[in-house]
Amino acid sequence: MRQSMWHASGLNAEHIHQLGVVFGLLLSTIFLIVVGVALLSVRRRHRGFDQERLEGSHEPSARTEARLRWIVGVATGVTILILFGLTIVSVSVGKVISASVAPAGSLFVDVTGTQWWWKIRYASDDPSRILQTANEIHIPVGRPVAIRGNADDVIHSFWVPNLQGKRDLIPGRTTLEWLQADKPGEYRGQCAEFCGLQHAHMAFWVIAEPPDRFKAWFEQQLQPAVEPSDEDQRRGKEIFLKSGCVLCHAIRGTDAGAQIGPDLTHFGSRKTIAAGTLWNTKGNLAGWIADPQNIKPGTHMATVPIGSAEMQPLIDYLESLK
Amino acid sequence: MTPAASEQHAYADVDVLRRTWSSKPGLMGWLSSINHQEIGRRYILTAFFFLLVGGLEALLMRLQLARPENTFLSAGRYNQIFTLHGTTMMFLFAVPVMEGMGVYLVPLMVGTRNVAFPRLNAFGYWIYLAGGLFLYGCVFFNMIPDAGWFAYPPLSGPQFSPGKGVDAWAQMITFTEISALCVSVELVVTILKMRAPGMSLSRMPMFCWSMLVQSFMIIFAMPAVMMASTVFLLNDRTLGTHFVNPAEGGDPLLYQHVFWFFGHPEVYIIFLPALGMISSILETHTRRHIFGYPALVLSLVGNGFIAFGLWVHHMFATGLPQIGEAYFTAASMMIAITSGVQIFCWLATLWSGRLQPTTAVHFVFGFIFIFVMGGMTGVILASIPLDLQTHDTFFVVAHFHYVLIGGALFPLFGAFHYWFPKLTGRMIDERLGKLSFWILFVGFNLTFFPMHWLGVVGMTRRVYTYIPGLGWGPANLMATTGAFLILLGGIIFISNALRSRTAGARAGNDPWEASTLEWEAESPPAPYNFANLPVVTSRTPLWTPLAERPIVIGMREDRREILITNVLDAEPHHRSVQPRPTLWPMLTALGFAIGLAGSIFAFSWYYVASVLGMIGLIGWFWPERPLRVDP
Repeated sequence: MRQSMWHASGLNAEHIHQLGVVFGLLLSTIFLIVVGVALLSVRRRHRGFDQERLEGSHEPSARTEARLRWIVGVATGVTILILFGLTIVSVSVGKVISASVAPAGSLFVDVTGTQWWWKIRYASDDPSRILQTANEIHIPVGRPVAIRGNADDVIHSFWVPNLQGKRDLIPGRTTLEWLQADKPGEYRGQCAEFCGLQHAHMAFWVIAEPPDRFKAWFEQQLQPAVEPSDEDQRRGKEIFLKSGCVLCHAIRGTDAGAQIGPDLTHFGSRKTIAAGTLWNTKGNLAGWIADPQNIKPGTHMATVPIGSAEMQPLIDYLESLK
Repeated sequence: MTPAASEQHAYADVDVLRRTWSSKPGLMGWLSSINHQEIGRRYILTAFFFLLVGGLEALLMRLQLARPENTFLSAGRYNQIFTLHGTTMMFLFAVPVMEGMGVYLVPLMVGTRNVAFPRLNAFGYWIYLAGGLFLYGCVFFNMIPDAGWFAYPPLSGPQFSPGKGVDAWAQMITFTEISALCVSVELVVTILKMRAPGMSLSRMPMFCWSMLVQSFMIIFAMPAVMMASTVFLLNDRTLGTHFVNPAEGGDPLLYQHVFWFFGHPEVYIIFLPALGMISSILETHTRRHIFGYPALVLSLVGNGFIAFGLWVHHMFATGLPQIGEAYFTAASMMIAITSGVQIFCWLATLWSGRLQPTTAVHFVFGFIFIFVMGGMTGVILASIPLDLQTHDTFFVVAHFHYVLIGGALFPLFGAFHYWFPKLTGRMIDERLGKLSFWILFVGFNLTFFPMHWLGVVGMTRRVYTYIPGLGWGPANLMATTGAFLILLGGIIFISNALRSRTAGARAGNDPWEASTLEWEAESPPAPYNFANLPVVTSRTPLWTPLAERPIVIGMREDRREILITNVLDAEPHHRSVQPRPTLWPMLTALGFAIGLAGSIFAFSWYYVASVLGMIGLIGWFWPERPLRVDP
């Protein structure tokens, strides 16, 4: 599990990584030179520097001063040149990675940050092909993906370091960035702008797949939820529809259509629950439903009273929603 | 170095001077004091107290982060503590301590008897103290801000931060910025109009230059934060205005622009005085005049200007148009030029001087190491693509602790050891001083260096915990260990100061054989600073042969008279009489404090502030006969 700009797996992250290596090497060298000169100055005792002793002071000679002025002047000039170069390299990389217009052929994904999870919506001109999900973004490898960011409540920041730098999601504005994965993989991302109590537990996953697998996934996700296949799951569905769950959650293909919490239509296919807080296992799900405040204090997920006899079927049902 | 005592007495009647300039005895005298040394000392001590508080808050955070999914602090508590830590360090420690050093040292360095507006000076201290007590008073009643030290709306707005915590935060800033404005105004006037005759601008000590530039920066920057925190945020919260609340049609990015228009210069407001301190320490301890004085001055002024042009690099992730991004990258890079020139000048000074490795010099070397590394990561953050990756991660946390602790705290500690003899009349123990330096230096790097790496591998800042699988545990544990080393270094530093204050060797006027005027005064200085006001004939007045150092005569000693000189050349212009000590600045500050504190609960308390403040000001400015002592 990696969430690291050092392990770039996408076009833009790769550009930034290379820029970082250039900056890092150059700046470390400068740092070592400066500290080295400072330390050497401790060791030297004015060899070759003639001094006139004033009262209480030891002023260096005019010749020494002139020589130092020359060295400082050159050092300043070199600094200016280096910074000028770095600025140009940086701005030209910036032009590539943070274009304000997404490249042609981009897949458009609307990401809305909300305390403390991510609404994901695959845009399409055809309303029947708009896909709504949460906390997990599948993308095709090799195709640019434009992330149109927005926020429901406070400012969040969308960040998948392996693929691209971050972009703030600001209420009332739409921000844009694009990313592209170059190899298949599962990349963790996290909210980067402090957004309140559970800022620490607002993660998501970007899953990059070969185009055909992505297409298969997309088509499958467009389908309504699967029907329960056994008695337990059927009972679970009933419990879900009768309980408080439906006040916030939607499962397409059932009567549950609320848009307050994450869409659960294909809940069982996701890696994690509670925005990257827990792995999606039956045990974790039971713990999460029974006492969300214990796992993610302050979360807006309500504690819905579910009897111990009802918990097992409910979980069976939810996990069956592949 | 200084004229013999008998020689001084030939011109000045120090007994009359002492009676003229002393504060009154007793508690009332303490409360009514307007002496710049006393006020400066209070600033420094109060700020160090808040440093301790902010440091302990940092330790709590480090304990929580020591291992993944730790439960030492709850999410809510952690958010409150990091907000308090940042707020305390920025507003209640870093700026005030630098102001305190300026208030204490500048009049001594320019060779005058007090700051320009002594009552305003006292008022500034009291309002700062009130601000600190107000914030922590609110903490005591569990009204604790938890939206971070820059409190971005809408998170800090009425909808998402109910309760009074953020109001307390916003109003505390009002207190501290009033205080900072008071000090900056009086330092500008002191520096420009009260320098010793002959101390033309080109002969002014570097520390005074740095305080001058810093003061002008405060005058331009602080009104912006007043706009952001009070006008925008507090009014949105308490009056229902619509400046930055998107739910009401306001613009949250407006807040960020105005806040960082203050917030970025703020860093330089903290950092510039430290640069002046470095120059003072180096000049004395290399036994040569500072190299490249004009370049250093121009760089300081350049820093002051450029600092106002790069606030947007705090907002790169919000998505700006490309042309704006390129401009702000270039501006952010540019500040490295002026900072670089200063480093080069100090290196040249070190290279060609005869270095005396005192504790203060150790801290200067600590500064060079840490600050230069912070500067390098700063260049990385100026680059938009790299900033988009590292912004809001622990890389940034590492960066700003390197520049603020390295750039301001290490020089400050060096300055503390350097001027300790002047402040207390005693030498500070060098052995313990160096020990504390090494522990602080190692502890600092152990704490903050791993954070660079944590940021690169994806750890975002302001998280109260993190999941185990990401591999962040060991580096965090290392940082926590380092934090405890810093605590140990701090304890040694404090105990050294306390012990040396009474047990140190007597310092005499000028233990380091330094170059600037403050070392001509007694240690600690008499209330009148100088028996005879000095006349300056060179950039390093105390290294000028005694015979070439005239003094000012003809000043009256039986009233608080100071000499006003002109701005460029410090030619004597006229004599001015300063007001006498009074309780009114303290009472005015108290009145304002009551009103401002109440205003977070109900608007009507602003009326209280106005009325009480008005009464205070009437008392303050009531015409009075100047103080006159019998000869």
